[in-house]
Amino acid sequence: MTKFVKGNEAVVMGALYAGCELYFGYPITPASEIAHGAAKWFPMLGRTFVQAECETASINMMFGAAGAGKQCMTATSGPGFSLMQEGLSYLAGAELPAVVVDVMRAGPGLGNVYPEQGDYTPAVKGGGHGNYQTFTLAPASAQEMCDFTIKAFRMAARWRTPAVVLVDGLQGQMMESVTLPETELDAPDFSAWAAQGEAKTRENLVKSIYLDAAQQEEFNIHLQEKYARMAADAEAEAFMCDDADLVLCGYGISSRIARTVAQELRKEGVKAGVFRPITLNPFPRAQLAAAAKGRKVMAIELDAGQFADDIRLNLAKSGLGAEAAAVRMVHRMGGEVVTVDDAIAAAKEMLA
Amino acid sequence: MKTIEQKGMYREFPRCGKPHARTTHYCPGCGHGIVNKLVAEACAELGLQDRTIFVDPVGCGVFTYYYWDAAHISAAHGRAAAAATGAARARPGAVTIAYQGDGDLGAIGFNNAFQAASRGEKFGCIFINNSLYGMTGGQMAPTTLDGEKTTTTPFGRDPATTGFPLHVCEVFNALKAPVYIARVSVADTKRIMQARQAIRRVFELQRDGKGYAMLEILAPCPTNFRMNAQDAAKFCIEEMEKEFPLGVFRDDSSHVESAVREIPRAASCAELFAGGESAPPVADDPNVPERRFKFAGYGGQGILSLGLCVAEAARLERRHTLWFPSYGPEQRGGSASCSVVVGGLRIGAPTVEHPDVLVCMNQPSYERFVGDVRKGGLVIVDETVPIAVQPPEGVRLKRVPAIAMAEEFGVPKAANTMMLAALKTFKATGLGDDSLETALCASFKKKPQLIEKNRELLHRAERRLAED
Repeated sequence: MTKFVKGNEAVVMGALYAGCELYFGYPITPASEIAHGAAKWFPMLGRTFVQAECETASINMMFGAAGAGKQCMTATSGPGFSLMQEGLSYLAGAELPAVVVDVMRAGPGLGNVYPEQGDYTPAVKGGGHGNYQTFTLAPASAQEMCDFTIKAFRMAARWRTPAVVLVDGLQGQMMESVTLPETELDAPDFSAWAAQGEAKTRENLVKSIYLDAAQQEEFNIHLQEKYARMAADAEAEAFMCDDADLVLCGYGISSRIARTVAQELRKEGVKAGVFRPITLNPFPRAQLAAAAKGRKVMAIELDAGQFADDIRLNLAKSGLGAEAAAVRMVHRMGGEVVTVDDAIAAAKEMLA
Repeated sequence: MKTIEQKGMYREFPRCGKPHARTTHYCPGCGHGIVNKLVAEACAELGLQDRTIFVDPVGCGVFTYYYWDAAHISAAHGRAAAAATGAARARPGAVTIAYQGDGDLGAIGFNNAFQAASRGEKFGCIFINNSLYGMTGGQMAPTTLDGEKTTTTPFGRDPATTGFPLHVCEVFNALKAPVYIARVSVADTKRIMQARQAIRRVFELQRDGKGYAMLEILAPCPTNFRMNAQDAAKFCIEEMEKEFPLGVFRDDSSHVESAVREIPRAASCAELFAGGESAPPVADDPNVPERRFKFAGYGGQGILSLGLCVAEAARLERRHTLWFPSYGPEQRGGSASCSVVVGGLRIGAPTVEHPDVLVCMNQPSYERFVGDVRKGGLVIVDETVPIAVQPPEGVRLKRVPAIAMAEEFGVPKAANTMMLAALKTFKATGLGDDSLETALCASFKKKPQLIEKNRELLHRAERRLAED
């Protein structure tokens, strides 16, 4: 079944196919269509939609629902995502699976409702307190907003971690064809650890507190080891990188701009390719190193350089110090989008 | 040492991490210790331990999971009501009990507790009011009495700068949804027996799925009152009860659940999404070049639908298709625009910087976008728009009386259908006439009586444009 829908609607469709049973959310532009879709479709399937009083409530309702062993989600944009950071830390600290969709808008502060990618660092590095990470996916089409939402639920359950689907306002509003999955996923069984109000889960305790410093350290080590294993699920897409002199790096909407830029540059004889992380955390470091080794790298992004810094970091950690030092960036902020023209000009300047 | 068994409590406290721990962490004379026993007893005596999900607070009550033999969720500070909402919604068959103090509930988490009560969430809240913050060292709480000395009101609480004690039960009693609201005390034996009954009531109401219950319990805190246990209890009875009178504010056991509104249902995702429009899956075709469109005009001129119509036609031809609107404040009044990209292969940049086809219904959007049109491109503009700016070299300009024709044909709202006729006439879309017409008809599927009318309008406009 193929539907022509907004990216935001595709998220709800994906969540339902993934077996998400509860949606908690507070409306915010440009993410509101997710709440609208959830308010309509969750109850029609006998599932639960709750309009929370604020984003702090949404994320803590998720803590309760995930703690009770059910798959749940919320969706928001920058200001709401900021409010959720404490809750994300608690979810990570209690190792609870849950999915947060952040449809990024321009900031800081109230900013505006136009697309930006300025929430990269809190989404990817763990924006709340303590040593935690989330599993972060970056879709670049309405189809992927459906598919990656499903994947986010799978990864959240596999790694017992909150997962973030990080997109921007433009993709949320954009309509494209989405082919829906053939089958629905079964809800996972979390009874080994969840507080389900059943005899078999009576001994279960969902908590993030370890009063004893040694135990808290032990738990931190456990988390870090888990995150290291999570790297096995890192994913990326490389496009025309095999013979490239220049590798354009971008995620989400920027990766699509990069694709057009690379195609245009190729028409002019410039060997350009695109490296696009699909998972922002775990970051596909090995894939980046393979695509970028010995090549010039230019990041395309809608922020002040948060993503480019991560490219440099991951290149440096891969032993590609020279490539890291040479990374350039073309970017816009505030709701402006990098134009193909500007990116082509920046690429040519870099190669000159 | 003789081991005293307490119903509903673990015999030893393994969750506290120390082997064979038997003593609670509460100070001597603390109200929490008494309430903890009463809660455990009610849960056990009603046979609800398997069904119960306790949601624990941050504050002195944080470690109730050491003691109560049931499943627990330890929430963030102030968020027990939100977490209990999540748990109760996730597990409607469970008995969900949130245990909160007066910082957790009365201050940081007040709105969460209040809104949960207002929604009538199906959980019971046991709220310990000891008039100050115990865990963090005896600071002022919203419930601190006028003149009461705490570590942050060292000269006594002054209502001139800190307001007056917060009456949680009285405030919640203004709400419609809760089924039970009461205030009790554990300051002496008689009161403890009343509290015992009230706690039992909270569990019964949750067992029976009745609705939201709020039980406030006045509790002594000898440590932070800086009193011995007797004086603390006396303070509780003589001072706190003056401000916070005991009593049952509401016990609506006959509370009739508001009828759940009937909504359409679907048995599966496939059934849910089977309705509504569907189109064949996209197919790659390297021979189809990418074409970028921009549609712009005033809000209300049907600009977004016109773009959607072209997108729909492209979808019918299995093209990669993308549509996006200007959104947010700019779509309310003023100019509206949307972009459409159609191609035979996966679409890269979704933004339309240089349209191949620009359709403009008003002057501001013409002047805003005309300079961007790609060489070899086409601009279709309504005749009402004055051409003060010429298109770039190599760009064709077609002026179409779309608004005038729509008015002449007696359907002023159909100016966008007139523009669709122009797109067909000038072969501007690269899409088949049948597809465009089918897409136009599909756009009226919610108003089927308009389908034939618009088809006619389309043909009439095409004939007129062919004459011109």
